[in-house]
Amino acid sequence: MARKGDVVINIERCKGCEVCLTACPHEVLALSNEVNSKGYHYAMKVNSACTGCANCAIVCPDAVITVYREKAVKKA
Amino acid sequence: MAENNLVHPDNLVYEKTSVMTDRVLHYCPGCGHGTAHRLLAEVIDELGIQGETIGVAPVGCSVLAYYYFDVDMQEAAHGRAPAVATGIKRVFPEKFVFTYQGDGDLAAIGTAETIHACNRGENILVVFINNGIYGMTGGQMAPTTLPGMKSSTSPRGRDVATMGNPLKITELVAELPGTYFVTRQSVHAPANARKAKRALKKAMEYQKLNKGTCFVEIVSNCPSGWKMTPAQSNKWMEENMFPYYPLGDIKVPENQ
Repeated sequence: MARKGDVVINIERCKGCEVCLTACPHEVLALSNEVNSKGYHYAMKVNSACTGCANCAIVCPDAVITVYREKAVKKA
Repeated sequence: MAENNLVHPDNLVYEKTSVMTDRVLHYCPGCGHGTAHRLLAEVIDELGIQGETIGVAPVGCSVLAYYYFDVDMQEAAHGRAPAVATGIKRVFPEKFVFTYQGDGDLAAIGTAETIHACNRGENILVVFINNGIYGMTGGQMAPTTLPGMKSSTSPRGRDVATMGNPLKITELVAELPGTYFVTRQSVHAPANARKAKRALKKAMEYQKLNKGTCFVEIVSNCPSGWKMTPAQSNKWMEENMFPYYPLGDIKVPENQ
């Protein structure tokens, strides 16, 4: 089973360009209904299917995404 | 929620590199410049050469690049970044010197400086962002604008009969004896961004060998100039830019 991951998005720096949405293989991200202080709809996590692949972070032009991934469990 | 436990420094797999400053980038939403900046900063971080790197910023959208890289930076006159980088590298031959230029800077006003620096084989890294348009000044036609591509100064599309052909400057410099590594990449999708990062890393490492100019073109988008959403512009780039500017290595060192 795929490892679990999580993303933390700096919503104040997000410009809502949606590049991360197309990069995510598990449709974890979507744009918010709310806007940040600059008026951009920011990217947010909408489900828990994240595997921590960091595809979203590597294409983010504004470097707003931090990615976490659980440690691989060693097989006995 | 159990998954919140994952947000812990031990589980960190990706965060913004410290070689990029915390300043908010001025680029439009979805612009490839931000991604290219970050990948280059990550390469500098991973090679541990932050203190040994000197960058040269161009004129164009990326004129403020010196705000975003936490390394020594020098601003150059429009198009003259390779000439300025030449001077810096000759004074500090042990430093890692790169220029970061757009297509209006590198392939239009700076064509002479680019070609001569590459022909002399200056031991620098040239990062070339090609989005086929003058972004900063309002989307005018650039030498790299595709045939038939609309811009604010070619509203009916670039007519090759009157406006000439797009300049494939990357293929051109690959022909010169002074270049050591010439490649064309893109940063719009995860796989491409990872490849581009590997290319930038290789190019930076080759600088230690003193073998000649490394030239990395990054085909990029310009959502504002092309009048598209970022997602549309990336798709348009795949369908139109890549057939004309095919991705991949153009000149690789012989023993590699």
